[in-house]
Amino acid sequence: MTIELEQHIDPTLIPILEKVHDPEIPVLSIMDMGVVRFAEVVNDIVLVKITPTYSGCPAMDVMGEDIISAFAKQNMKAEVSLVLSPAWTTDWITERGRKALEKYGIAAPLGEDLDKEALLGNKKIVKCTQCGSTNTKLVSQFGSTACKALFQCEDCLEPFDYFKCLK
Amino acid sequence: MKNENLIQYIYGIADNALILGQRLSELCGHGPNLETDIAGTNMALDLLGQTRSYYQYVAQLSGEGTTEDDIAFLRTERQYKNVLLVEQPNTHFGYVITRQFFYDVFHLLLLQELQNSKDETLAAIAKKGIKEVSYHQRFSSDWIKRLGDGTEVSHSKVQEAVDNLWKFTDELFHTTEDDKVAIKSGIGVDVTQLKSAYYEKIKAILEEATLNIPDHKWFRKGGKEGIHSEHMGYLLSDLQYMQRTYPDMKW
Repeated sequence: MTIELEQHIDPTLIPILEKVHDPEIPVLSIMDMGVVRFAEVVNDIVLVKITPTYSGCPAMDVMGEDIISAFAKQNMKAEVSLVLSPAWTTDWITERGRKALEKYGIAAPLGEDLDKEALLGNKKIVKCTQCGSTNTKLVSQFGSTACKALFQCEDCLEPFDYFKCLK
Repeated sequence: MKNENLIQYIYGIADNALILGQRLSELCGHGPNLETDIAGTNMALDLLGQTRSYYQYVAQLSGEGTTEDDIAFLRTERQYKNVLLVEQPNTHFGYVITRQFFYDVFHLLLLQELQNSKDETLAAIAKKGIKEVSYHQRFSSDWIKRLGDGTEVSHSKVQEAVDNLWKFTDELFHTTEDDKVAIKSGIGVDVTQLKSAYYEKIKAILEEATLNIPDHKWFRKGGKEGIHSEHMGYLLSDLQYMQRTYPDMKW
């Protein structure tokens, strides 16, 4: 467990890393999630450092294994380690990632202040991923995974996940 | 500061997360409804995730091939340094929420200070944890208000839990000899400094929830020194069963 202040990724490795997806949100590549903090070939071994979204996220172990097998397919040996600092934030999800989330049916995280208003139920601002209405209500602050909250649309009545803002 | 002091200091924080995480995990599939059940297991997952980060660090400090699993599963009761509050058994939902609330308020205050620790690994774990524990505190505070200011039954049940668990709150501010060494070297948090902010926050929320603030002055402690309540043995037998029965087994 180390600290990796700046993101540093060898651009030639990006196409391979983009093939690895979050097992719990399969439309999102680990690059679009912003969890890859470091990737470089050192002495013929690809060293990859990833940061967890939440401390207990069980997807991290799977992502680590998937990274190793993605590189193995290219006949490259990879080693994966975890870094904790700086802590992951939803700001690191790329624009492409946000669009993929919405299309998949998960509302993308709002900014910090708006997120608070939404989760405290003060304002109706989270957009339904089915019909686009903002007439939605919070059902639970905790959803199917640690990173999501559960919402329901009061117009089309569909329940949907909202990716909580983490800053 | 010696490694052994630092390890003991970390146990004083990490064991709370492990034991409370274990208590919440026991409720998986037994919550009063689906949403609260999922919330409980989400919080358990956060706490166990934080525990792993602390134990991985302790394993690294201990050397000699120690693993995070050895630390979680193979210590004896007196080697666990969690407070008595977190080991109290699950009874009704109001009780579980009150135990959570009493711990969350402390936990957030602690991590907010620990993020400035001179030990950069502890500071990094704390920074990560703050984001998670803010959600926990929001959840448990909301439920305290809903139950306290709810029906007659929910009010009386949560009041009973507050009265019952109050005696465990003071131990959160107890400092052991190892804590003192850690504080002196700029690594540890002086929890005695958090006491007034803690009770202020607790009282404000209890008042909003129309609950009475207990005035008894008798408090129980011991967990931080490894002297636990009778519930701890049962908890550990559940927690450690697999590793004790099938040593070194892996998933």
